[in-house]
Amino acid sequence: MKRVVITGAGTINALGHSVPATLAAMREGRCGIGQLDFRDVERLAIRIGGQVRGFEAEGRFNRQQMSLYDRFTQFTLTAAKEAIEQSGLEFHGELSAKAGVVLGNSGGGMQTLDENYRSVYEDGKNRVHPFVVPKLMNNAAAGHVSMQFNLKGPSFTVSTACASSNHAMAQAFQMVRSGMSPAMITGGSESMLCFGGVKAWEGLRVMSKDACRPFSANRNGMVQGEGAGIFVFEEYEHARARGAEILCEVIGFAMSSDAADIVMPSKQGAARAIAGALQDARIDASEVGYINAHGTGTAANDKTECAAVADVFGPHADSLMISSTKSMHGHLIGGTGAVELLACIMALRDGVIAPTIGYEEPDPECALDVVPNVAREANVAVALSNAFAFGGLNAVLALRKV
Amino acid sequence: MSTQDKVIAIIAEQAVLEPSDVTLDSTLQDLGIDSLGVVESIFAIEEEFDISIPFNANEPEKSDFDISNVAAIVAGIDKLVLEKA
Repeated sequence: MKRVVITGAGTINALGHSVPATLAAMREGRCGIGQLDFRDVERLAIRIGGQVRGFEAEGRFNRQQMSLYDRFTQFTLTAAKEAIEQSGLEFHGELSAKAGVVLGNSGGGMQTLDENYRSVYEDGKNRVHPFVVPKLMNNAAAGHVSMQFNLKGPSFTVSTACASSNHAMAQAFQMVRSGMSPAMITGGSESMLCFGGVKAWEGLRVMSKDACRPFSANRNGMVQGEGAGIFVFEEYEHARARGAEILCEVIGFAMSSDAADIVMPSKQGAARAIAGALQDARIDASEVGYINAHGTGTAANDKTECAAVADVFGPHADSLMISSTKSMHGHLIGGTGAVELLACIMALRDGVIAPTIGYEEPDPECALDVVPNVAREANVAVALSNAFAFGGLNAVLALRKV
Repeated sequence: MSTQDKVIAIIAEQAVLEPSDVTLDSTLQDLGIDSLGVVESIFAIEEEFDISIPFNANEPEKSDFDISNVAAIVAGIDKLVLEKA
C-alpha cells in the first residue's frame, strides 16, 4: 500500500476566498455567517447563512464559461486552481492519463434550477437556455475541473448529502493508496443559498434563525453555507521525488451506514465509522489529538456525535479536542467535509486548533473539550474529520502530521 | 435593426468577433462556433424574434431550418416571422 499526502489545498467559502484567508479567519474565530442576500429572501423564515461575498465570477471566467458554470462549478474551479497551483503539479503524459477528480456535491446547480424553474413556472416562459442540463448536473464541476487541468483518469461525483466530500475524499485516497493513481484532485462544493435551496431546508425545521452554536446547550439548529474545498492527494514518494511541500498525510478512512432512519443520526453508526477509521489507519485511539466534528448545531447531531466519540475513545475522549467550524462558515452540505479538512490541516501543520464559536452554555450531553470560542495552540499528531449525513451515511477520515 | 443586423450581432457575440467580421456567406464553422455554440445561437435567435426554430442537434442537416451560412439563417428567420404574422 502506498502512503498518501496532501500537496495542495484551495477553498472559497464565507470566511475567505483562499486557504490563507480562511485559516486566518478560523484562527481569529471570525464568523462568516450573516444576512442572506438574494432574490425573494423576504419570503423566507430563515434569512441567515454563510454566503460567499465579493466573488466576481465575471472577471474570472469568459462569456462562454459563464454560460456553462453554475455557481457551484465556479467555486470548484476557483478552489481547484489554488490547490493545483500550490501543489506545483502539471498534468500531461502518464500522470494526466492516471490522475482524476472525485468531488462531493449534494444539490448540483441549485442556482440554475431555481432561476429556470422561476422562468418557466413563475414567468410562464416556454423556452430555457440550452445549457440548463450541463450546468445543473452535479457532476458538472468534476467535468470542468478535468477539462481545465487535463485530468484523464477516474473522475466522478459522489452525492451523500452532508458526507459527500468525505466520501469523495475517501475514494480519492483509496485510488492513490492502492497505486491506481499517483495523484487525485478531490474535495467538494455546494451552492444552495438561493430561494428554493433555503426554502427546502426551512421545511425541515432544523434551521437556526440567529446563529450556529454547536455543542452549546442553547443551540437551536444549523445554518447553511456555500463554497468549495479542493485538495491534491498525492502518492508520498511521487511528492517527495519532486520536492513538493507536504501539508499532511491521509492515513485512513471508514464509511458506515446507520440503516436506521433517514434523518435521525445513530450513535452506533457514527461510532463504527470513527472506530473504523482508526483501525484502517492502524492507530491507537490515544494518538488522536483533534477531531473536526460534524457538529451541525442541531439538538440531535451534537449529542449523538459526542456520545459516539465518548464510546470510541473512552477516558481519552476527555483529553482530546473536538470543534465544529460550521459555527463560522456554516454547513456547506456536500462541500462541508472539504472545507472542514482545512481545520485538520491547520491543527496538524500549524499547531492551531480552530474554535467552536458561538458557544454560550455547557451542555452535559456534549461534555467534551469543544475548544469554545477561542482558537488554541496545541501539538497534534493525528486528527479525524467526521461527517454524518442524512440517509444515515457516515464517512470519517484520519490524517497525520508529516 | 434589420433581421440581418440582429442575426449578425447574435452570431458575432457567440463567436467573440466584431459584427464587421461576420458576413452573409460566413458559415458558423468558419466563425469557430462549435455544436454547443450553434444550439446557443438558435436559442438566442428564438428569444430575439420570438419564434420557434425547428432544429434538432442530432441531425442538423435534416432540420427544416438551414444554417449552412448567415444568409440562409436570415432567410429562414424571415420566413418563420412571416408565417407567424
